[in-house]
Amino acid sequence: MSKRLIWRKGVNAVMLTLTGVFTVITVATLFLILGYLVYYGGRSLDWNFFTRLPLAAGEEGGGMANAILGSLEIVGMAGLVGLPVGFLAGVYLSEFEDKWFGSLVRYVADLLNGIPSIVVGLLAWSLLVVPMKQFSAVAGSIALSVMLIPVVARQTEQFLREVPNSLREGALALGASKWRMIATVAVPAGSKGILTGMILGMARIAGESAPLLFTAFNNQFWSGGIAQPTASLPVMIYFRALSGYEDWHRQAWAAGLVLIAVVLTANILARLVLARGVSVPRG
Amino acid sequence: MTTPLAVENPVIRRQTQTGDIVARWVVTLFAATILLLTVLVVYQLWATSAPSRHKSGFGFLFSSQWNPVTEEFGALPFIYGTVVTSVLALLISVPLGLGAAVFLAELAPARLSSSLTFLVELLAAIPSVIYGLLALFTVVPLMRLYVEPFLKSALGFLPLFKGPAYGVGFLTAGIVLSFMTLPFIVSVSRESLLAVPREQREAALALGATRWETTWKVVIPYAKLGIFGSIFLSLARALGETMAVTMVIGNDPKISASLLASGYSIAAVIANEFTEATGTIYPAALVELGLVLFCLTIIINGAARLMIMATTGKGSKRA
Repeated sequence: MSKRLIWRKGVNAVMLTLTGVFTVITVATLFLILGYLVYYGGRSLDWNFFTRLPLAAGEEGGGMANAILGSLEIVGMAGLVGLPVGFLAGVYLSEFEDKWFGSLVRYVADLLNGIPSIVVGLLAWSLLVVPMKQFSAVAGSIALSVMLIPVVARQTEQFLREVPNSLREGALALGASKWRMIATVAVPAGSKGILTGMILGMARIAGESAPLLFTAFNNQFWSGGIAQPTASLPVMIYFRALSGYEDWHRQAWAAGLVLIAVVLTANILARLVLARGVSVPRG
Repeated sequence: MTTPLAVENPVIRRQTQTGDIVARWVVTLFAATILLLTVLVVYQLWATSAPSRHKSGFGFLFSSQWNPVTEEFGALPFIYGTVVTSVLALLISVPLGLGAAVFLAELAPARLSSSLTFLVELLAAIPSVIYGLLALFTVVPLMRLYVEPFLKSALGFLPLFKGPAYGVGFLTAGIVLSFMTLPFIVSVSRESLLAVPREQREAALALGATRWETTWKVVIPYAKLGIFGSIFLSLARALGETMAVTMVIGNDPKISASLLASGYSIAAVIANEFTEATGTIYPAALVELGLVLFCLTIIINGAARLMIMATTGKGSKRA
């Protein structure tokens, strides 16, 4: 072999090995993160965490029951608003698209999806917190639903587009009106994918803390209702991690473990069980 | 001559048509809420930042003073911190991510590739506050005790690595951000690489190119728009990333040449100071920072989406 060829083969071998190494590094990050959370979080997680309120700094044995409930409340209300709006917008994009308006909505939905979550928080703050003169769970939910809508819309659109056109034509040929065809043929056929998209969207907003910092804010006690400041797990993790107390750090790890367990379980269930073989793009 | 009843019967026909028209209006209305929300973001940021915009004008962007007590507000240290950490992040995550994407798209057998891609997508689903939590308790001590002293002793003659090793600062924030952007670069680049026609590879291999030469000189150039798209998309994510950066950047509104120094980013200062901001100018200045961040990300995102549309040919549907 000429020197040149040996050199080329050498470069080939080195670079291809490197790509493998880079892949290992990328994937290893996931396991490192999980490992740390299970190790530190597992040691700190106990029954109190799920049942008790946070205690003052220095007292041992408090929990985050209020933050767990608060997260469910905020994310649930966000879903109540965001899922139907996103779904119907997605139906429009897939089934009714007008030439320019459809493309415009699609493009703007992607831009809206790309807006930093903290900026979405500013929007909800100026729309709700300022006039109500009070941090509230509702403001947090609105912020999260603004993040949810474009994700659900684009995923609904994508999965509806994967429904074969022959199904639609069959329904129309039998005399069904268009909306009937959509409601009884197209949407049911794409329902698995659409549901997957919705679960992934909910999992994503469940982990958001930036838009909640100055909308739902935080609360050491049970929230006094949806118009009151409400604790949530991600915001609690943030405040606890930055505090100076050992016991609060333990609480942060425990909360981190619970949060990631919920988020990853939703992701794995949605991607593996519900949408087997369907490629799921991320928002 | 008999025509089908349904078409002839004016009552049925009107019913079907009315239903369709209503359905069309309803879904169009909901699609329009997406436009409305986006316009609302722009309007609210613009209107709420008015007191600060009127006071400082364009000087806001170029002043490096940030003093809530004297109500002097300048965005420069935050813009600097945001850009430095994001660029640093990409310097690490682009080669890593592109390498991994090449492995997943070109080398790995299909089954291995799809399971690894699944894991990468899970990585993207991890909430940012979790990255922050881990960074704070594992990466920061590691940087303070080992990495930063090493950098100082090896490269300390450069202005980039001067000053005390706190553990927090631009470098740590950049590294944490690089791992957060990695999954986006991997999965979007991988899709662009997979969209390259097989013939391109076969032709290069038939001419005697090695596997790497084929990838580097033929496949990657062919997919370059999509890859640039993935880089821009990650850049926009990195610029707007809040929680993890807030926890490790050091939160000090200074412009320093040293990467080891503490800094501040736009998103971090909003997260930290917004609830405490009193008066009219202070919150307005923070909202104006939000406006600056919004403009930065919108421009970069807009460009990224157009690039990805151009390569995958399916619009930004899959991005």
